[in-house]
Amino acid sequence: MEVKVLGPGCAKCHALEKNVRAAIQELGLNVEINHVADIKTIAEYGVFMTPGLVVDGVVKIVGKVATKEEIKKLLSA
Amino acid sequence: MDKATVMKQEVSTAAPAAVSVRDNSFRRKGTYRFSGAALLALWWLLYTNLLSLSRFVTYEILPLQRETHLGATVEFFIYEVPKVLLLLTLVVFVVGVIRSFFTPERTRRILAGKRESAGHVLAGLLGVVTPFCSCSAVPLFMGFLTAGVPLGVTFSFLVSAPMVNEVALVLLFELFGWKVALLYMGTGLSIAMVTGFVISRLHMETYLEDWVAEITSRGITQPQPGLDDEHMGWGERIRFGIDAVKEIVLKVWPYVTLGIAVGAGIHGYVPENFLAGIMGKEAWWAVPVAVLIGVPMYSNAAGIIPVVQALVQKGAAFGTVLAFMMAVIAISTPEAIILRKVLKPRLLGVFLGVVTVGIIIVGYLFNIVL
Repeated sequence: MEVKVLGPGCAKCHALEKNVRAAIQELGLNVEINHVADIKTIAEYGVFMTPGLVVDGVVKIVGKVATKEEIKKLLSA
Repeated sequence: MDKATVMKQEVSTAAPAAVSVRDNSFRRKGTYRFSGAALLALWWLLYTNLLSLSRFVTYEILPLQRETHLGATVEFFIYEVPKVLLLLTLVVFVVGVIRSFFTPERTRRILAGKRESAGHVLAGLLGVVTPFCSCSAVPLFMGFLTAGVPLGVTFSFLVSAPMVNEVALVLLFELFGWKVALLYMGTGLSIAMVTGFVISRLHMETYLEDWVAEITSRGITQPQPGLDDEHMGWGERIRFGIDAVKEIVLKVWPYVTLGIAVGAGIHGYVPENFLAGIMGKEAWWAVPVAVLIGVPMYSNAAGIIPVVQALVQKGAAFGTVLAFMMAVIAISTPEAIILRKVLKPRLLGVFLGVVTVGIIIVGYLFNIVL
């Protein structure tokens, strides 16, 4: 599983990444997290707002800092 | 959330074991309403007693005399800081709830394919109510273009969203009165609409960077999970408002406090009319200079408005100072740098130029009218 956090480096993107890491740790998954800050790459995903969460190439959450619980649910599905 | 997960959570927080989902949401809603009412009452209590509280603290608790410079300054400070913060909290919360009705996805759908004049007006107005974070400026810009929102209309949105924000309006209202706040909002919206209109007329679509043009011309809009939650329940909307308060007020309060402190200091210690020479009504060149200085600067509204108020007290012309403030909030060097990745120099130049000229005109207008 590959997880990407899309965001140019504002506080929200860091908060999302923190929640993602916590969720992954609690689920005990072996997952690679990438934080994408490059605007061109982010634009390719077609998201309207950052932060964005991408799991295995599919955009799952846009524009809000998902809670650890929400992320856990996403990753377990 | 499915029933199983909800019930699992309830058990783990030591709630009674046999609890149905319906009971949960009802209790949670009831809790929201009760604590909401309690908070509102507390807010009101604090707000209406601030003046006497500030006087009490300044003159009874601290050893200051009335009618002195220091006394007046400290009283002003102790009065204004909590007052502004309380007002901000309330307004940000209410605006946050209003914004929960206007997701960017919905705004995009309203604006896509609108004919030009209507589009600019709508875009300007929507910029005020659509939740907007400045780091999302580029994704939003591109998302709109991809979805068929005309370039000029998108620009109208891009100008109004950061400039006409509720923090600025609250502070202006508090320090200058509702007329000034309204005037700021009106002129800000006008500048947004005119900017978009000019860019539409100049047909500058070809001046987007090639990679942007390529992506946006594909015309494929992705579904935006999490962003098109238009059917939120009230509990979620309240959470949206609370999140907005946490995000904005917690970020902004040091600037507000510092700004008011500096303002209070200028208030108490700089002699009247000190600035009349360089920034007063007589100095006609002050408006363009103030705007040109303000454009590259980066600040949020919170820190700069209290300083603005103090400057005005000391003889600076109102229009000059307001134009300076608009210039600082509307554009900045970091923003220009980010936009340069998306716009070719000519388009970026037109955008900056129109906004700058618009603000200068508004500055002169304010100087004449007020």
